[in-house]
Amino acid sequence: MEKKEYKKIVDKYTPKEPRLKNALIAFLIGGFMGILGNFLIDAYSYYFDLSSKDASVFMIITLVFIGCFLTCLGFFDKWVNFAKCGLIVPITGFAHACQSAALEYRKEGLVTGIGANMFKLAGSVIIFGVVSAYLFGLLRLFVMGG
Amino acid sequence: MTYFNAFIFCGLVCLLGQIILDNTKLTPGHVTTIFVVVGAFLDVFNIYDKFVLWAGGGALVPITSFGHLLIHGAMDTVNNFGVMGLFMGMFDLTSSGIVAAIVFSFILALIFQPKD
Repeated sequence: MEKKEYKKIVDKYTPKEPRLKNALIAFLIGGFMGILGNFLIDAYSYYFDLSSKDASVFMIITLVFIGCFLTCLGFFDKWVNFAKCGLIVPITGFAHACQSAALEYRKEGLVTGIGANMFKLAGSVIIFGVVSAYLFGLLRLFVMGG
Repeated sequence: MTYFNAFIFCGLVCLLGQIILDNTKLTPGHVTTIFVVVGAFLDVFNIYDKFVLWAGGGALVPITSFGHLLIHGAMDTVNNFGVMGLFMGMFDLTSSGIVAAIVFSFILALIFQPKD
């Protein structure tokens, strides 16, 4: 069979994603994650008497914990399937990637399983983030003077 | 008002990610990686700081803030140590998120069994 014909048939039977619905859900859920983040910052800075910068660190730790814990309980995979980018793009997606890799490779042992594979999915975020931040930092330092 | 701005900003970032995800063959890993690089890029011109002022926590929740905080920490030490500061301060501000992810993932993976 020709490659073109094959591609046509594949395209025909690939399930169509309801793009508008997905986009709307991602917008709403993502927006609520933003509200939750802002609420946590306000709550921490009010109850623990922190500056908003320190409170944002507390907020990130809280969201990471929520993401990890709900992944362990099994809810989060279903929610990610439903909300897609609404939960992947916030920091909970990073926690979810770490946690699901750790859970999946746990049976291969502590060192060769969890230790070697925890950043299998989330590692690219750190690596590309660090490399790009380094290059942009050089740019800022030498071209724009810090 | 900050809450409304947080909703709009975080929602728009997620919407953008979803549009990229639906209309291209990129995986969620690609989308988050692109967003980190974009966040770092926006901080070159101090644009992301304005987003943080405008949207508060809404700008700190998406993964773009990860790139923004990486370069922000690096530039803080650059002021004291020059070029070498780029290596020293990179993780100053983001360490909390990474350490939390590692510690919680490890401990919880020991306690829980994977669910299918």
